[in-house]
Amino acid sequence: MNGFWDIGDHWPPGTHSFDYGVGWVTKITVLVWIAVAVLIVFFLATYRNPKIVPTKKQWIAESIYGFARDGIAKDFMGKDGVRFAPYLATLFSFILLTNLFGIIPFAQISPNAHMAFPAVLAAISYVMFVYLGIRKFGFIAYFKKSLIPPGAPVWLLPLLIPLEFFSTFIMRPITLAARLWANMFAGHLILLVFTLGGVVLLNSSSFLVKSVSVASFAMAIVMTLFEFIVQILQAYVFTLLTAFFVSEALAEEH
Amino acid sequence: MSTLAAVDGSLSSIGYGLGAIGPGIGVGIVFAAYIQSTARQPESAGLTRTYMFLGFVLVEALALLGLALAFVFQKG
Repeated sequence: MNGFWDIGDHWPPGTHSFDYGVGWVTKITVLVWIAVAVLIVFFLATYRNPKIVPTKKQWIAESIYGFARDGIAKDFMGKDGVRFAPYLATLFSFILLTNLFGIIPFAQISPNAHMAFPAVLAAISYVMFVYLGIRKFGFIAYFKKSLIPPGAPVWLLPLLIPLEFFSTFIMRPITLAARLWANMFAGHLILLVFTLGGVVLLNSSSFLVKSVSVASFAMAIVMTLFEFIVQILQAYVFTLLTAFFVSEALAEEH
Repeated sequence: MSTLAAVDGSLSSIGYGLGAIGPGIGVGIVFAAYIQSTARQPESAGLTRTYMFLGFVLVEALALLGLALAFVFQKG
């Protein structure tokens, strides 16, 4: 294709757009390292010398933690939930930052658009809620509690137990990981469609088609703003669901 | 018999479209219920917001599985 810019075989975007080469150091892993480093340095730096009247940075750190503690942990588990607030705040800020890489210039891709990272995060949540449930109730009592809905008639149990097992212990971690991955994946794809599509239109020889690229680039800007909302929402939702699963595992028989 | 028209591509994309119908309706119901409850009792907005998001993401799961499987089973 001849034109202003040669975009090679990048058009149309597809799963190959997420391929950053083989080997264990790729752009994706470097972005994850950056995210971890930024978070550690940021929280250490802001909490090293806390003031009663918070500075701007301290205010940001405190509102992130306060949001995870009051908005998520306490909402689901009451006072008991405060002990999970550090994990939830870490989870929230890590996912938020890695998601935001999707629209930060030069990063331009969220590591969460690769299934591996959401899968590990979901596995941590999965192991955590199963472990907490077993530790609190014991192995048999925990599975009895989570597999048999209270008040269910005995003749329905052969149907209910496999269904509950499927939804709680198989679909929960899968959908938890797939939700974050699919949103980041689709977001990256949408941005590629509109930006690369704009370039392809601009490469066209007809002036009329060329002018349509303005609409495509405008759409890319709108979609970037939309992605910003989705990224924040997905970070919130992942943390929310983790808290919900833990609270379900710890809930008394009701 | 000669072929008059042919459709090329992956059938799983159509499956994704079909899979998105249910969640589309469901997400609409979730938000409609939230708006209605907030209109009837504005003070409860903060109380029910968490559960709105919870319902929204659980309903949305099928559409996301459809998206994932559309790419898993794509041709070539």
